[in-house]
Amino acid sequence: VRTATNTLELRQPRSLNEALGLLRDDPALIPLAGCTDLYVSVNFGTLGGSRFLDLGSLAALRRVSVTNDLLVIGALTTYTEIIRSRHVRKLLPMLVEAARQIGGPQIQNRGTIGGNIANASPAGDSLPVLSAADAIVVLRSVAGERRVPFTEFYTGYRASVRKPDELIVAVEIPRQSGAQWFRKVGTRAAQAISKVVMAGVRDQRPRIAIGSVGPTIVRATKTEAALADGASIDDAARLLGDEIHPIDDARSTADYRRAVTMNLLRRFWSDTQAR
Amino acid sequence: MKLTLNGAPIDVDAHPMKRLLDVLREECGLTGTKEGCGEGECGACTVLVDGAAVCACLVPWAHAEGTTVTTIEGLEDSHPLQQAFMDHVGAQCGICTPGMILAVIALGPDPSLAKIKEGLTGNLCRCTGYEAIYRAIQSVDGSRPSALGSRPSRNT
Repeated sequence: VRTATNTLELRQPRSLNEALGLLRDDPALIPLAGCTDLYVSVNFGTLGGSRFLDLGSLAALRRVSVTNDLLVIGALTTYTEIIRSRHVRKLLPMLVEAARQIGGPQIQNRGTIGGNIANASPAGDSLPVLSAADAIVVLRSVAGERRVPFTEFYTGYRASVRKPDELIVAVEIPRQSGAQWFRKVGTRAAQAISKVVMAGVRDQRPRIAIGSVGPTIVRATKTEAALADGASIDDAARLLGDEIHPIDDARSTADYRRAVTMNLLRRFWSDTQAR
Repeated sequence: MKLTLNGAPIDVDAHPMKRLLDVLREECGLTGTKEGCGEGECGACTVLVDGAAVCACLVPWAHAEGTTVTTIEGLEDSHPLQQAFMDHVGAQCGICTPGMILAVIALGPDPSLAKIKEGLTGNLCRCTGYEAIYRAIQSVDGSRPSALGSRPSRNT
């Protein structure tokens, strides 16, 4: 471990209100939940701060519910809980698919959906699902609550509209119509960070979101519009190739990512074709 | 801080951000839990927290408060899986073995081969090629009392 953990501070609020008060008074506090990303930084010695806010005991943020056609997933819901939730299985099966392919069981038992959103990696595997589903991020501070469309949440690489005194408390997902689809491409089936990850909903206007092909999750709005207007899948795939901005990095190359993304679109389209 | 470790109540004083892995090995003297990668990739440090498999390198000590933690020492060298891993040469260098065994116990009794493979996706072995591990696990008769643990119940 390259970080001396005994130099770190941990505040442990017992309620959400207490947590929000602590965050207002000290916005440098870094919220921690499942710690599956945080302790990687501890190991590498790349922590972005030394004072942490433990959300672990805020049980109210760890539940899945359905109200008025909205699926509400609390920020502290783990991937394992998502996989087992009858609500998520029924209403958002593509999120169950994504959760099953994140890490292995040990990571799924600890990692949370709020953490995946907050960590803001362009390779976060639940994120294309939330984008394609037109999810809403619920943010709360001492001043109150606000709702931000997921597609407007990120402003750049690992940057979002979340203010330092706000916590992500839940995501709300409207009822989906049309077939849902998810596919992750990595070096191996488990424990791999995605080279490309795509989620799609085959609605009248299809919705398509891709991870690991740009600084943030990409929502392919031009490709969606073209498909809705009856473009051929080959034309749509070419359009999608122009709509993404992949790079060469340790995991893959821009060319490979572009080719795979275009192929995934074709796969999405044929897999969700009405028979 | 109080918790139940391998069936016994304990009270250990350690920094809340210290890794559960380090507290187990250093404060508690339980070196059966191995450190491999230190970043949640290899599963060598797998322990059970309230029956669920976790990487002890990714858990702050603060999050162990009030839980029930089981390490390989908690099986007291008498678990049928431990003998099966020896009988079927499911262990070669042995670094992955404690984590493998605990990850299997988290699956509950008599897991299918597909479930074993999926359940061990978070545990890397660089010696055996996994086949001997799968054979060892499948050789254990889960119908015997306490042969394999009970499934953790955490439903939403």
